[in-house]
Amino acid sequence: MVFEKIAELIAEKIDMDASEIKAETTLEDLGIDSLDVTEIAMDIESEFDIEFEADASMKTVADIVAAVEKKVG
Amino acid sequence: MNRVVVTGMGALTPIGNSVSEYWNNAVKGVNGIDYITKFDTSDVKYKFAGELKNVDFTKVIEKGQLRKMDPFTQYALYAADEAVKDSDILGNVDDTRFGVYFGTGVGGFDTFCADHSTLLEKGARRVSPLFIPKMIVNIAAGNIAIKYKAHGVNMSVSTACATGSTAIGEAYRAIKHGYADAIICGGSEATINPLAAAGFGNMKALSTAETRETASIPFDKRRSGFVLGEGGAALILEEYEHAKARGAKIYAEVAGYGSTCDAFHITSPDPDAIYTANAVREAMKDLPAVDADKIYINAHGTSTHLNDLTETMTFKNVFGEDAYKLHISSTKSMTGHMLGAAGAIEAITAINALRTGIVPPTINYVEPDEECDLNYTPNTAVETPIELALSTNLGFGGHNACLAFTAVK
Repeated sequence: MVFEKIAELIAEKIDMDASEIKAETTLEDLGIDSLDVTEIAMDIESEFDIEFEADASMKTVADIVAAVEKKVG
Repeated sequence: MNRVVVTGMGALTPIGNSVSEYWNNAVKGVNGIDYITKFDTSDVKYKFAGELKNVDFTKVIEKGQLRKMDPFTQYALYAADEAVKDSDILGNVDDTRFGVYFGTGVGGFDTFCADHSTLLEKGARRVSPLFIPKMIVNIAAGNIAIKYKAHGVNMSVSTACATGSTAIGEAYRAIKHGYADAIICGGSEATINPLAAAGFGNMKALSTAETRETASIPFDKRRSGFVLGEGGAALILEEYEHAKARGAKIYAEVAGYGSTCDAFHITSPDPDAIYTANAVREAMKDLPAVDADKIYINAHGTSTHLNDLTETMTFKNVFGEDAYKLHISSTKSMTGHMLGAAGAIEAITAINALRTGIVPPTINYVEPDEECDLNYTPNTAVETPIELALSTNLGFGGHNACLAFTAVK
């Protein structure tokens, strides 16, 4: 559920098809830089109503999903 | 000193999305001005603008990159793409000797407005991390350099409405003095938005005309202000021997550049037109004398009372009685005022008039003004041999710039 939502947010941001985004897909593969990640983190905050900051340790979509799931509980 | 020539041109304007489309329409006298569609004008008196039409930016910018760029950067990249391809310079120049001098009057005005609204409505945490790198004035120059791997001199120029001419003039000097072999130069502007229009409107600079035929009417007695235009234009300037050695197509030689400041008032030109005249003289100072009837001047011609009067006086100060023989026109009658892009598109206009011997008209010219009594090429293009083409621009802050173009001899 969290994964699907985040994949959707990323897909919308970089104008691609969400079905092409897998858990193990790296941010580098998606051509996402640190500014994009910060923007996506803002979208995540709005979507899940949490405080969320991305950090450099997040390399894959799964990393982001795991961090969000921790907050959402 | 190196000689400097023009080897590529690109244009994105309210009357054409390429140099050829722009030029054909300018010669025909097509009016690119119409009702503003970008925002609601029901509460204001200025109703018209020269907006761009049917532009597909994905032709030159990847879809994922578009949202990271303010329109002023998109316009710059669109124009630069045509100029770069036209010149065939890529791969034919040392990338450390390949530069970018690109300007804008304001920068990312839409971005500034949008993120400021976000700040007020949603708080600081929601302001985009892309806000700064989308909005800053120099980012078009930065993005052009990234796209073409131009590692040489790079600068952004901002001299209000003189920006495009200043950028080209400074690029000319950089090549002349040996700091680069080729430079992508020009300007872009994207300020048809409600805040920019309110600012210009409240200073009484914008036309409040009620029809599109009377909105941008340079040198006409009925003129009441300028009309916002938008777009971008780019030139490839190149060191002459470098261009010759690679067999480049050469459009014209940059024969001179003058840059002065009125140092008089923040928005009004010096009423004696001394320093605007100095800019024109400076641009012509190394040139052999040319008969005035072989000279074309693409005037700044904004359609404000003061600008057009001051420019008329400028040409009389420089040329004396010969001023009446000059071929003058203001293409802003068709494009509106493209602000930071104006000097660049008007340089292209001057170059094409020189090459083709066709002087584009000042359209919608109906009522002569006894104080503006020169030959402004009213309503219809004129075919006549041109040996020297000048382009003049005046900017808020008192900036004056003049470029001179001749055929390569």
